[in-house]
Amino acid sequence: MPIIEIVFYLFGTILIASALSVVTVGNPIYAALFLVLSFFSAACIWLLLQAEFLAIVLVLVYVGAVMVLFLFVVMMLDVKAASIKQGLAGFLPVGLVVAFAMALQMFLVIWTRGLEAIPMPEPRPEGYSHTRELGELLYTDYLYAFEIAAVLLLVAIIAAIMLTHRDRPSTKKQDPSRQVRVKREERVRLVSMAAEKPAGGGEKGEGQS
Amino acid sequence: MHIESVLLLIPLLPLAGCLIAGLFGRLVGRAGAHWVTILAVAASFGLSSYVAWEVFFNDLPVLNYSVYTWAVTDGLRFEIGFLVDSLTALMMVVVTFVSLMVHIYTVGYMHDDPGYQRFFAYINLFTFAMLMLVMANNFLQLFFGWEAVGVVSYLLIGFWFRKDSAVRANLKAFLVNRAGDFGLILGVAAVVVYAGSLDYATVFAAVPAMEGQTISLFPGTEWSILTFICICLFIGAMGKSAQVPLHVWLPDSMEGPTPISALIHAATMVTAGIFMVARLSPMFEASVPALSFILVIGAITALFMGLVGIVQTDIKRVVAYSTLSQLGYMTVALGVSAYSVAIFHLMTHAFFKALLFLAAGSVIIALHHKQDLRQMGGLAKYLPITAATAWLGSLALIGFPFFSGFYSKDLIIEAVKLADRPGVAFATFAVYAGVVITALYSFRMLYLAFHGPTRMDEATRAHAHESPWVVTVPLILLAIPSVLIGYFTVVPLLFGGALADAIFVREAHDVVARLAYKFEDGPFAFGLHGFLTPVFWLAMLGVGLATWIYLFNPGMAETVKQRLLPLWKILDNKYGFDDFYIKGVTAGTLKLSSGLSSRGDGQIIDGWLVNGSARLVGRVSAAVRTLQSGFVFHYAFAMIIGLVAMLASFVLLR
Amino acid sequence: MLTLAHFLTLGAVLFCISVAGIFLNRRNVLILLMCIELMLLAVNINFVAFSRFLDNMDGQVFVFFILTVAAAEAAIGLAILVVLFRNRRSIDVEELSDLRG
Repeated sequence: MPIIEIVFYLFGTILIASALSVVTVGNPIYAALFLVLSFFSAACIWLLLQAEFLAIVLVLVYVGAVMVLFLFVVMMLDVKAASIKQGLAGFLPVGLVVAFAMALQMFLVIWTRGLEAIPMPEPRPEGYSHTRELGELLYTDYLYAFEIAAVLLLVAIIAAIMLTHRDRPSTKKQDPSRQVRVKREERVRLVSMAAEKPAGGGEKGEGQS
Repeated sequence: MHIESVLLLIPLLPLAGCLIAGLFGRLVGRAGAHWVTILAVAASFGLSSYVAWEVFFNDLPVLNYSVYTWAVTDGLRFEIGFLVDSLTALMMVVVTFVSLMVHIYTVGYMHDDPGYQRFFAYINLFTFAMLMLVMANNFLQLFFGWEAVGVVSYLLIGFWFRKDSAVRANLKAFLVNRAGDFGLILGVAAVVVYAGSLDYATVFAAVPAMEGQTISLFPGTEWSILTFICICLFIGAMGKSAQVPLHVWLPDSMEGPTPISALIHAATMVTAGIFMVARLSPMFEASVPALSFILVIGAITALFMGLVGIVQTDIKRVVAYSTLSQLGYMTVALGVSAYSVAIFHLMTHAFFKALLFLAAGSVIIALHHKQDLRQMGGLAKYLPITAATAWLGSLALIGFPFFSGFYSKDLIIEAVKLADRPGVAFATFAVYAGVVITALYSFRMLYLAFHGPTRMDEATRAHAHESPWVVTVPLILLAIPSVLIGYFTVVPLLFGGALADAIFVREAHDVVARLAYKFEDGPFAFGLHGFLTPVFWLAMLGVGLATWIYLFNPGMAETVKQRLLPLWKILDNKYGFDDFYIKGVTAGTLKLSSGLSSRGDGQIIDGWLVNGSARLVGRVSAAVRTLQSGFVFHYAFAMIIGLVAMLASFVLLR
Repeated sequence: MLTLAHFLTLGAVLFCISVAGIFLNRRNVLILLMCIELMLLAVNINFVAFSRFLDNMDGQVFVFFILTVAAAEAAIGLAILVVLFRNRRSIDVEELSDLRG
């Protein structure tokens, strides 16, 4: 058995096993960690397919950023693990039936349409840069889509901040519009008063108190 | 003054009078109201006479012009226009003259009525509407006038709207007229469809083109278009001119004040149908079946309605049935293509029948609104002028030689004898028999009212006296044309070609022309000859019968009645038309309507369609609503099920 | 010998597992989000495999964009989750039924 197949089956098995764990493990922290593992395995499979740049991006972006975000949220939310397990049995049969039906159908589609006859192509020649190829496509044909994707990310950032941002009453901050709007009368009050204390007033007050 | 302004003023003056008396009745007061309206009608009459003078003596050419275009749609013009020819001029004079007489008479008749101004407003409005009708140069305006006079008739029959019977009578008149108008509007619609115009002249010009066309009303039957149109139009005329079987409203219309009975229900409005057929003679000439139909209907009306008149005890109803019978005579004349004779009879009848009605009204005034003939008798002593004019009117009615009715009625009978078309035999019999009957009921009424022993109670007798001059002057003024107009107009109107520009008769149908030889020696010779005809002797037979039974043997009427009880009952029930309409048609319609309302509207439309669809939507929504559980995983599940199904289609179908 | 079908099968299995996971984890929105990430991963595997076997780089560009969108989706999804938890003290899907008609 060539090495390439060994690699495929090894990482495929890990991928499926970790994915199964994600959906069954119950505790969200474990689930997130298993998800990291499955992404990792998938990155390896992609390396096998000579998609090096994407594999690296998957690890960096997903494992490095998204999954960390997940973990943050999981820990922040303090979800009780006990409540998670409840009610798992209710939909289990339905879920399994649907999943198996879908899997069966997919196998039928995949294994009966001649896809199994397409062999692995020859490896890329020496010095071939997958990153360069992808970059050339992205910055030429897909330039606009790329820009839009960037805007999408920006929007997502703003949306996430807007959603989670919370005004605390205790925070002190400026309100420039109020500062600009202010009038003299609101700030300065001119009071005219006698320069000296009236002669009898003080005594009277003292007498009463 | 320009002739067109004159023509415009003629209908507009009464309209203005109506508006002043109707809207500002309180302001102008009672005297103001009658002065305004009478002056308006008098001016209208004066101008009409001027127009008639121009038409008949100065050879004014036929005027046919549009005054105002209301709307134009798809080539169809809705216009107000005047067609002034000899027929129109004649009708205008008759209408305005009788209207003027009735206006004056009303001052006396309605003297203490609280609705004095309202009444004058109505009759002025009527004059306006009737003038619009006769002056129309298109079907739309004809229809407008037709309906407008119908409305005024409705208002006036129910003038005493607190009286239950009056309200019933006006409703009845309105409904029966609707039945006729249904035919009229169908006819007008058919004219629009097949001739493409509402204008008389255009439609007449299209008659030859329409002659060959047929229409399949029911599968398998072919009708000539013109026959269809003419019969439809004549059904309208049957409603308005009270021909059997749509006559039932006219006797009941006597619930209205007597001047109205004279003006609307004897002299003018009811003759609108006759006028219309004469006006549309070019169309009716093209359809012999329609003319036969008219002939038979007219003959039935002339004979059988006269018979009913014999048993009536209400003085106004006797005159009303006499009107029906005379309208039948006119219709018969139309049916034998003697349109000019029909118009001639229409004119003479307008005068003598208005006279008879006004005389009856005078009697009613004298008796403080008692109308029962059985409580009269010997009134000639108290009401000499009324009695004399009623005599003159009755003589004209029965066709006594030299009276106006003689010329017109005799000529109708002669025309029927000469005519040749289906139904003539029956019509001949009917008009001859009608002569006897006319004489019988006319003289019965005269004797019962004015002669013989008095049957009034003491209080009434004490108050019975001749009516004031506003009542008697119109009687006298109407009596003059009732006696004389036939003598002076018969030759120029019928044989001098005065109506030739308005009435079209085909050569083969022209019975009037064939009668001309009788007048070679003038109307006087014809009158003298009238004493020798069977018609005269038949009339004398009727008069003799009436004299014998009602004058000399007062108890005999009762005996005859007992002998002929079944016949009397039939006549008293007016052949059961009323029963048939009330118990059959009306009750059936009511039942059908209530059925439709509860079943059709309540159950099917409201229950099933309206509420049902709402309920259906509600139920479906309630069912669908449960799908919208709000749980995210339910939606996800639905999505995945859809995905599985899509995959399945990939697997199975490809 | 490895063929395209092998890689596609791997993606299909992964996808079905995540579908089953959505059904199983009805009490925790977090794990639902993770399942969605897994699904996207399965799709990405397919894209990469097709791109390699059909020798077309466009597939990998798609993967790139999917990764972008998935990152954005994760960020916003988690933000919503945080707000939700802050308001309701729970991320139980079965309690999220305010949309019920």
